Amino acid sequence: MLKWSSKLLAVSFSIAALTACAAPTTTNTASTSPDAASPGATASSPSRLDTIVSRGKLICGVEGTIPGFSFVDSSGKYTGLDVDVCKAVAAAIFGDPEKVEYRNLDSTARFPALASGEVDMLSRNTTWTLSRDSAGGNGLEFAPATFYDGQGVMVTKASGITDLKQLDGKAICVETGTTTELNLATRSTELGIKPNEVKFQDSNAGFAAYQEGRCQAMTSDRSQLAAKRTAFPNPDDHILLDAVLSKEPLGPVTINNDSRWFDVVKWVTYGLMQAEEFGITQANVEEKVNDRSPDVKRFLGGDGNLGKDLGLPNDFMVKAVKAVGNYGEIYERNVGTGSPLKIDRGLNNLWSDGGLMYSPPFR
Amino acid sequence: MLGNLFRNLQQQGRQFNFSFLQSQAGFNIGETIIPYETNSPYYWAFVVGLVNTLRSILVGFVLTTIVGVVAGIASFSDNWLLRQLNRVYVEVVRNTPLLLQLFVWYFAVFFALSQGGQIAQLPGSVFVGKETGLVIPWSSGTSIAWISFGALLVGAIAAYLIWHRRIKLMEEQGASGQREFTALVSLGIVGLLLFLFGLQWEFPRLNDTGGVDGGLRMSLEYGALLAGLSFYTGAFIAEIVRAGIQSVSKGQWEAAKALGLQTGSSMRLVVFPQALRVIIPSLNSQYMNLAKNSSLALAIGYPDIYATFITTQNQTGRAVEGILLIALIYLLLNLIISVLMNIFNRSVQFAER
Repeated sequence: MLKWSSKLLAVSFSIAALTACAAPTTTNTASTSPDAASPGATASSPSRLDTIVSRGKLICGVEGTIPGFSFVDSSGKYTGLDVDVCKAVAAAIFGDPEKVEYRNLDSTARFPALASGEVDMLSRNTTWTLSRDSAGGNGLEFAPATFYDGQGVMVTKASGITDLKQLDGKAICVETGTTTELNLATRSTELGIKPNEVKFQDSNAGFAAYQEGRCQAMTSDRSQLAAKRTAFPNPDDHILLDAVLSKEPLGPVTINNDSRWFDVVKWVTYGLMQAEEFGITQANVEEKVNDRSPDVKRFLGGDGNLGKDLGLPNDFMVKAVKAVGNYGEIYERNVGTGSPLKIDRGLNNLWSDGGLMYSPPFR
Repeated sequence: MLGNLFRNLQQQGRQFNFSFLQSQAGFNIGETIIPYETNSPYYWAFVVGLVNTLRSILVGFVLTTIVGVVAGIASFSDNWLLRQLNRVYVEVVRNTPLLLQLFVWYFAVFFALSQGGQIAQLPGSVFVGKETGLVIPWSSGTSIAWISFGALLVGAIAAYLIWHRRIKLMEEQGASGQREFTALVSLGIVGLLLFLFGLQWEFPRLNDTGGVDGGLRMSLEYGALLAGLSFYTGAFIAEIVRAGIQSVSKGQWEAAKALGLQTGSSMRLVVFPQALRVIIPSLNSQYMNLAKNSSLALAIGYPDIYATFITTQNQTGRAVEGILLIALIYLLLNLIISVLMNIFNRSVQFAER
């Protein structure tokens, strides 16, 4: 036994030494890879889109536990803003918003699940950052943000904390593996404070520990804090600090180097915003197909072949809007005035109303 | 498989190397005992995580051995209540998942001890508070305390040598061993005095602002992890100890009795040393299980090396390199445990004559 263990020990040491030497050679061979995905080749190269069409349903990664964004309601159905984006994409491809299979993913499982092809896309409050987008980082593609969020801090009223600086030396609960964790570290370095961070892999465990009083503060995206607070026994005992720690543009995500599939997700998302701009709603979308405006007609597939160019049915936006409504309707229903969250539209308004939601032209 | 991996990585335009370890980590680690800054490099974050892991594993080994051996021997007790309690403990703990037990320790036991945001005082000057954590009496760490600690160590070694010499004299020369016995007793008394007063125990107390001063401070996460690991592995060790003792043939008990030894003495001098031969090899795998199970710390917010890896791979996207790295670290850790246990094992085996 001793002999074997010692040998294995020796082998593992030598492997460690070998990998250290082998690293430079692999670098050279890998550096040529971006050329392989030249733009001309993508139209004919195999795409995730073909897989989805032949499978007959879309597999969408969601968070699954945030009311308003993705949550299983009392009848066992997924609802929320993120879920509606999945439904819109499914409706655009299949004409049926129910052809979606949802997978609940926590913050650490989401990227490996996407990279391994376990899910086709993420619609799971994921912040768009350079390191996640770049090939050298996580190697993902970010569709336009469907929700502009910012990181906030929630504290109990009893703690008397009103300012970030008062967090010095106080315990604060964080979800690990998120941009939240980094932003907190950066802002506390800037402010010269040292909060005591308690990190949880599962946001529910984090919120539970906060509610139990393990931490005096909890940090996460403001929308998430507001959403979770509605489920607390006494929501009025908790307040959101005014300080916003970061920019958090949240949006759907697909894998790198698959432009055909990425374009579908990107333009369906834009289409929802464009529909609101055109005044196309769930109720009137079918009449609007014969609208006098050539722009609207082209957008809904009554003219031209925008949908076909994407590899979709030409009336894909009719199906998507019919299924979930335009962006404004999705927002109000899930997180706005029509929901318990009542989050002001603010940055999430259309560009014409002072917000950031802006779709490039459908032409 | 390796070829496949490299091809896939290439397709995603990513390179396989460990250079990310040199760049700034940029995240904080809640609990550290060696210095760590937000802008420390990733490899240092891994070291800090490893130290945290080792801290839970090593203390866990000691605690779980004590729990396991006591529970194992208790299953032979003449006391009915003790036997039944022991059985309930072993069966319940052995047959439920560790993750569940960790949540129970963390959310149900430790949080319940300090209900309503108050700092609770337990018997023996132990304080529990949600933010304060667990505070226990501890040596104050002055130079006198360190000298006493050194003296205790030297004394323990001396006592061990004298005890051996006494047995040898008694066996070979049939001496009474009275002289050595007196020496041992006096050493014991000096040791006890040093332990009680020389170490300068510092008892934690509540201060005016509602905090706790003095003593050794551990976070609730660390406390819950230790408790969970020790009692979980302890239940398995208890069964191993029980099996080991049962494996010693009944004749040995009877022979010991015939020589006029008490039950306690026959267990200690005759049966247990023979049982060790059976116990040690299985104990080895239990220690390894404890080392591996410590990675569940993440679930209750204790920053061990696995938690560090999770954050790192999420920020850098280096899942393959990170997995390799921590797999290698856990492998090394367990091989070292295995080698040490094997050395120990050889020392208790029968010397063939």
